[in-house]
Parts: sequence; C-alpha cells; structure tokens
Amino acid sequence: MIAIIDYKAGNATSVGHAARRLGYETVFARCPRDLDGATHIILPGVGSAGATMKSLREMDMIPVLEEAVLNGKALFLGICVGLQVLFERSEEDNADCLGWLKGQVVRFDASRVRVPQIGWNKVRFVKDAPCNAKDDFFYFVNSYHAKPKDMSDLWGEAEYDGAFTAAVNRDNIYGAQFHAEKSGEAGLSLFGGFLALKGGGS
Amino acid sequence: MLTKRLIACFDIVNGRVTKAVGFQDNIDVAPAEELAETMYDAQIDELIFYDITASAEKRAIDIETVKKVARRVFIPFTVGGGIKSLGDMYEALKAGAEKISVDSMAVRNPEIISEGAKAFGSQCVVLSTQVKRTGKMPSGYEVYIDGARLATGMDAAEWIRRGQELGAGEICLNSIDNDGALSGYDLALMKLAEKSLSVPLIASGGAGKPEHLKELFTVTQAQAAIISSMLYSPRLSLNYTVRELKDYLLGNGISMRPPSGRGKEAAI
Repeated sequence: MIAIIDYKAGNATSVGHAARRLGYETVFARCPRDLDGATHIILPGVGSAGATMKSLREMDMIPVLEEAVLNGKALFLGICVGLQVLFERSEEDNADCLGWLKGQVVRFDASRVRVPQIGWNKVRFVKDAPCNAKDDFFYFVNSYHAKPKDMSDLWGEAEYDGAFTAAVNRDNIYGAQFHAEKSGEAGLSLFGGFLALKGGGS
Repeated sequence: MLTKRLIACFDIVNGRVTKAVGFQDNIDVAPAEELAETMYDAQIDELIFYDITASAEKRAIDIETVKKVARRVFIPFTVGGGIKSLGDMYEALKAGAEKISVDSMAVRNPEIISEGAKAFGSQCVVLSTQVKRTGKMPSGYEVYIDGARLATGMDAAEWIRRGQELGAGEICLNSIDNDGALSGYDLALMKLAEKSLSVPLIASGGAGKPEHLKELFTVTQAQAAIISSMLYSPRLSLNYTVRELKDYLLGNGISMRPPSGRGKEAAI
C-alpha cells in the first residue's frame, strides 16, 4: 500500500495524480492508523519546515512514522520540505525536525541569488540508488536546502548559490528537494522508480 | 543552474481557452485540459490559467477545470480569477494547482497576500498586476484592476514592492500598453521592477516572436516569460512551437530546459 501523508498545506493531490498516472493506487494518510500496512510512505511538502513539523505533531504521526520507517523499513520519500524535515534542524522557523539524517537545513544566500529559487534546475545524481534516477531537469521551489553531515547521504546535487542538495538517500529513506510530481516526464520516471521498489514495510 | 522559464498563459471561459487582444474580443481556442496537455507534451515549463469571467460573474474559480488540468499535466500551474478568500485558495490548491494568482482582489484587500503566504507559503502566492504607462506616477506606471479597466491611482513599483513585503513569492507584471501588440515586452518596465524585487519576476505582455524572448532574457533579469499569442492564437498566421522557441533561445545562449524530443506537439 502506498500512503501519501495529507496535511492541510501539502500538495498531496498532485502526488496522488502522479502515482495514478504511473498506474498505482494510493491512500491519503490523515491519521496514524492510515499508515497501517504501508509499504511506501510519501511526505509531500509545501510550506515551511516549522509548519510541517507542527502538522505532523498535531496529527500524532511521528511515533508511527518512525516505527514504520526506522524499524519496519517502509520505503519513505520526502518531497521538498518533506526532504528538509528528515534532517536534525532547519533554520526556517528554527524548527526541530525528524533527525533521521544528520545535518542542518540552511537558507540560500539572498545576497547572491533570488530567494526563493523557483524553476527548473539540472540535477546530477552522485550515487547509485535503486530508483530510476537520471541526470535531468527537475522543478524546484525552495528558499532552504539541506546540508547532510554524512556525505554518503547525498544522492543528487544542483547549482544555485553554489552546489546544493537536490536529493538524499540512506537505505529505505529517500528525499527529493525538487517536486518529482511536477517535474514532467523526468519526475514521473524517478517517482515511478521509487514506487516500483520492493521490500518496504509490513 | 536555474533555467529561464516559458509560461503558457490561458484565459478560460466556461472551461475553454480563449484568446483576447487588448482585454476584449475573445476568440474560442480549445478545451483547457487539451491545450494544457499539448503544451505539457511540448515541454512548456509552466502554465497559468485565468478564469477571466469569475470576478465579473461574482463566482468562485472554475474548480472542475482546475481538476481536469491537474490530472493531465505534471508541471506546475498557477490559477487566478475569482479568488476572494483563503478558502478559495485552499480549494484551488487542493484541486491540484501549485500557485494562486491574485490581482484586483489583492489591491482591494492586500491582506489576502500575507494570509495566503502564511497559510500555504509564499511560493503559493503570485501577485499579478496590470500596469500602464503614465506621467502621473513616480515610476511612470500606474496599477489597473478589473480587467485593466479601472485605474487605481497606485504606483506600480510601489505596489509590487509592497506585494513582496506582504509575502508574494513571485510577481507577474503585465504591460497593458504592450499586451496583445506582439511588439515585444516592455523592457524598461521589467528593469524597473527587477530593481525593486528580490523574488522572481515574471514578464508579461507583448511577446510576438522569439527575438522578444531573447531580448527579455538578455536585457533584464526576468526569470520567466508569459507567452500566449505566439503559441496558439488563431489570428496569427505564424504560431511558434515550444520546440522552436526553446531551440532558438538555447542557440542564443539562454539557459533553458531543453524541448521535448518526442515531437508530439501538434499545431492548434
């Protein structure tokens, strides 16, 4: 079962449409019970890190998510802010985040580039992950970006005010700073690669 | 590096794309979701839909059309027209839109910008504004609303700065003078705007040939260009495909997401 976490600010609808186009049925998870039996869990992101963490706490999602992903090894994909909250802390709202990956989330240097970054940027994938990831253009909307402490978590990078983290992966945990669901055929291909992964969860 | 964006702009009436010249005289072109999908296949970077009769008819935005489009295209799209409240914004976002464009409504109630940015993030709120040259304003441009019919007495540069401060994540600036004239963007206007802004600027009004896009992206810092007439106006004998535009711009050293190799784009 593929579960898309649906909190009010998120773009769960678009992720659901993308999955459907790829031939997958999904469920929207609005409470912890909805994650029962999920093999794939997607955390779409729109809005701030602080607001996203607040929503997850209010929905009481975090213990169940940690059980499913960290112990149960369900496949997890965080998109945009959904990637950022994987890290320990974000400069945005000074938010304490999930901390599944070591590192911080920092703001782009507004003295050098326009913030937010909005548009298509070329991603280079720097390590092999079993998703169908190919260097291509993906759609980004972000003011902040992650700095992994352990560089083996870095999956893909792109250039803005310098090289920044475009995708991360550790074991069953994946993160895309770009909106895979809105990145045309390149995004669908990568998203389809994630959905086709086997072995996650219960 | 971040590429420049080509944004196809659709005016929608009853779920169908129409094309206007100078804010009047609409011609029917095609159902919104069909044209959207054609543009998607052609590697357009983004889409904007304006429900142009929603405000006048005092109704909410056409959500059914938003939903139809969202099921068929997997690139970002913005919707505007008939957005009056946070509830309207949420409905449009839930239906699958990435961003909401506010225009006349934001002039009447600027708080809609800050409320929208707070609830959904700045990146969801695009401030679109229609401006016209005048000697009366410090910047030389005045803001118009209600389909460019009503002068507001507001200075354009002042208004977009304020919109950014209130939390708009992008500014879409349309030149009423150049709109539909196919004579090129108002470059002086865009240069004026880019100095006032730190968020991305979307230039609108006047594109008629590929050279106009090159000029815009070479002379100004606009990050995105609205195009419509040159893509699908039934009035023009010569429409351009997205591939032609992108090939031309790439050939002139402008950073672009490359066009599709699939060649599915049909003439409309």
